Amino acid sequence: MLTQALVLSALLFALGTFGVLVRRNAIIMFLCIELQLNAVNLALVVFSRVAGIDGQVFVFFVMTVAAAEAAVGLAIIISIFRHYETVNVNSFNLLKW
Amino acid sequence: MLSMGIFSLPLAQEAAEAAAHAEAAGHFEPFLPGLIVLLPLLGFLVNGVLALVHGRRSADAVRRGEELDLDTGGRPSTHTLPTWVGPGVLLGSFLLVVANFLRMRGVELHEAVVVNYWTWMDTGAFRVEAALQLDQLSMIMMLVVTGVGFLIHVFSVGYMKDDPGYPRYFAYLNLFVFFMLVLVTGASFPVMFVGWEGVGLCSYLLIGFWFGDREKSDAGKKAFIVNRIGDFGFLIALFLIFVQMGTLDFVEVMGRAPDELVYGGALVTAVTLFLLLGAAGKSAQIPLYVWLPDAMAGPTPVSALIHAATMVTAGVYMVARSSVLFALSPVGSVTVAGIGVATALFAATIALAQYDIKKVLAYSTVSQLGYMFLGVGVGAYAAGVFHLMTHAFFKALLFLGSGAVIHSMHHALHHTHSHDDPQDMRNMGGLKKFMPLTAFTMWVATLAIAGIWPFAGFFSKDEIIWYAGAAATGPFASFYTVFWVLALAAAMLTAFYMTRMMVMTFHGSNRTGDEEAKHLHEAPLTMTVPLSVLAFLSVFGGWINVPEAIRNSFLGGFGALPMSEWLHDWLDPVTHTATAIREEALVAGGFLDGEHHYHGYLEHAPFGGGELTWALASTLAALVVVLVAVSVVRRWQIEPAAKAGEPQSGLKKVLYNKWYVDELYDLIIVRPVLRTSRFLWRIVDSVIIDGLVNLSGGLAKFAGFVVSLFQTGSVNTYAFILTVGVLLILWTVGF
Repeated sequence: MLTQALVLSALLFALGTFGVLVRRNAIIMFLCIELQLNAVNLALVVFSRVAGIDGQVFVFFVMTVAAAEAAVGLAIIISIFRHYETVNVNSFNLLKW
Repeated sequence: MLSMGIFSLPLAQEAAEAAAHAEAAGHFEPFLPGLIVLLPLLGFLVNGVLALVHGRRSADAVRRGEELDLDTGGRPSTHTLPTWVGPGVLLGSFLLVVANFLRMRGVELHEAVVVNYWTWMDTGAFRVEAALQLDQLSMIMMLVVTGVGFLIHVFSVGYMKDDPGYPRYFAYLNLFVFFMLVLVTGASFPVMFVGWEGVGLCSYLLIGFWFGDREKSDAGKKAFIVNRIGDFGFLIALFLIFVQMGTLDFVEVMGRAPDELVYGGALVTAVTLFLLLGAAGKSAQIPLYVWLPDAMAGPTPVSALIHAATMVTAGVYMVARSSVLFALSPVGSVTVAGIGVATALFAATIALAQYDIKKVLAYSTVSQLGYMFLGVGVGAYAAGVFHLMTHAFFKALLFLGSGAVIHSMHHALHHTHSHDDPQDMRNMGGLKKFMPLTAFTMWVATLAIAGIWPFAGFFSKDEIIWYAGAAATGPFASFYTVFWVLALAAAMLTAFYMTRMMVMTFHGSNRTGDEEAKHLHEAPLTMTVPLSVLAFLSVFGGWINVPEAIRNSFLGGFGALPMSEWLHDWLDPVTHTATAIREEALVAGGFLDGEHHYHGYLEHAPFGGGELTWALASTLAALVVVLVAVSVVRRWQIEPAAKAGEPQSGLKKVLYNKWYVDELYDLIIVRPVLRTSRFLWRIVDSVIIDGLVNLSGGLAKFAGFVVSLFQTGSVNTYAFILTVGVLLILWTVGF
């Protein structure tokens, strides 16, 4: 049971990472980051079964942070979209040496 | 007096100790010893402030486009106050020294009195007190420094009156006396070293006093740099003493040295040789004498005070102060004597062919310092100090007299706008008519330096030569025999070149030109009074140390003098340890049968004849040389300098060019050093070191450029690199 759940968590995390790396749409990348966070949440819940309640408590914190991050992140994406009329990250490459 | 508080503290301690040892009758209590040293410092501060004020004023005047004229509308206070402050503090110090001297005379003092003020350094094993040492030797030195110094300060009032740098001059001169007093009263080597360096600084400042002249400021630098070489030796010697004995206080070092250092050992020999290097620098001995003749670039009273009477004798004082160490090292002593006599003879030959009156006196000073070194080298410490003292009298007089001559010549040439050299004796001649008192006093000094009875130099120089001959029975006997002969030869040369100088300056026909001759005049009173006092001392100064044998003969008025060998007895508490060591070594070496004490050994000197015979012979020989020189030089056809030019051939040319020693030093030392420095600058510094620094900067810049390529601005790249980085960390930490 534990193993299967952890494997699922790892798969979800890998999927999220893959998405962040290969997609160019900022919204999709953002969703993939959420996927990674939730994969971690799943792993924390699984571990709390053997290591006590701390894992589940931590999940709440992660969810709170994720919600705040979603708010800020979406706001940034909207403001970028208003400027460029696109959310393709390849267009945003002015900040470099 | 405000500063009384500082001095009352150690005095109170002294008084308490005196009360504790009430039965020890005749305890010597120093009378305000700190004030003796501090008064000149006070003078320096006052005159220094005046000099700064004057500097500001003239700078303002220049800015307004005016010229600051000292003669119209009364002298400003910056030029009247130093007249009183400068010599005044010296007079105060001198009177305090005399008071202390009288107190010390009244008691039997066998050990030095050390007055502690505060702890200067305390670093565990190394502890130095800021302390003054009052004993018979420092007392004599203080008397000479403040007494002759005061006279020279008074002379300076007349000599420097019209110089715009008048307050600055007195500031430096006062500062010099302060450091000189620290040098001769310091109770340990480090305190002495403070004075030692301080007088070097003042010497530099005063040689380059007219620093607008490139040649003069260069002469100052030369003096400073050559002295650094000597100071290096001095410091090494101090380190060696400290490593071996753990202290640098004179009382401790000299007290423990006979027990703790091996007689004739390598260490004590190294110490004495390094000390000698230091002394040779300060006292202008071979091979470091070259700075002194150039030091004549300074004002003439400075030459008299620093480069004849006081500072240059510091080396002799140092050897006398460390007499115990030198007595422990026969090699060190014979080296001191050898350097001394070589310098005496060498400098005397150069003085024969100089035309600049101050250069003659400069080489004469080097030569006489050589005699002092010979004296302290052969173990005649009292005789060395004796010659130091009499030399201070007659050489200061000669320099001041030459100053009066130059002063007069300068004014005369100034009137006719002539550009002739006022110091060149070929331009003088017949000055006796115009400056009779100067001529008379300088003749007194000349007879004194030539060693003619009954002038001061006769007794002091004769004693040194006598001791040199007497030393020719101990270790290194053959060396000392040679030294003795050379010393006699140098004495004859001294008589000749001094007479030559006097005749060329004061006798024969006048060569200044008729128009100039009208403006030649005797020096003012501020200058002639010091000359007269010094002339008095040059006659009678030698009578304090007349040897017993001479005192009882017709040369000493058949015992009419109230004292004999007074200075010798006076300095005995300082020198007796060293004398005892030498005596013991002579007995152990079989040179002395043990029943005769040191004096007895002297009476049985070699070459036959007694002290009286040799004294009589030497004074007669000197007299003959003087008379011959007078008749020879008077017959010379002397052309004015502008017409005559430099000697073109023969020995005269070599001597005139000082045996080409400056050129030799230039070739083997100065230029290689300059070349090495240039190589170090151009190649090692500019190319190698700067190159390394620039290389490290360039590398950082290049690395920055390479790394900056990773900053693409694309979020995906960053995300990818981040992921790879996390995986790398996980791989290294986890697996």
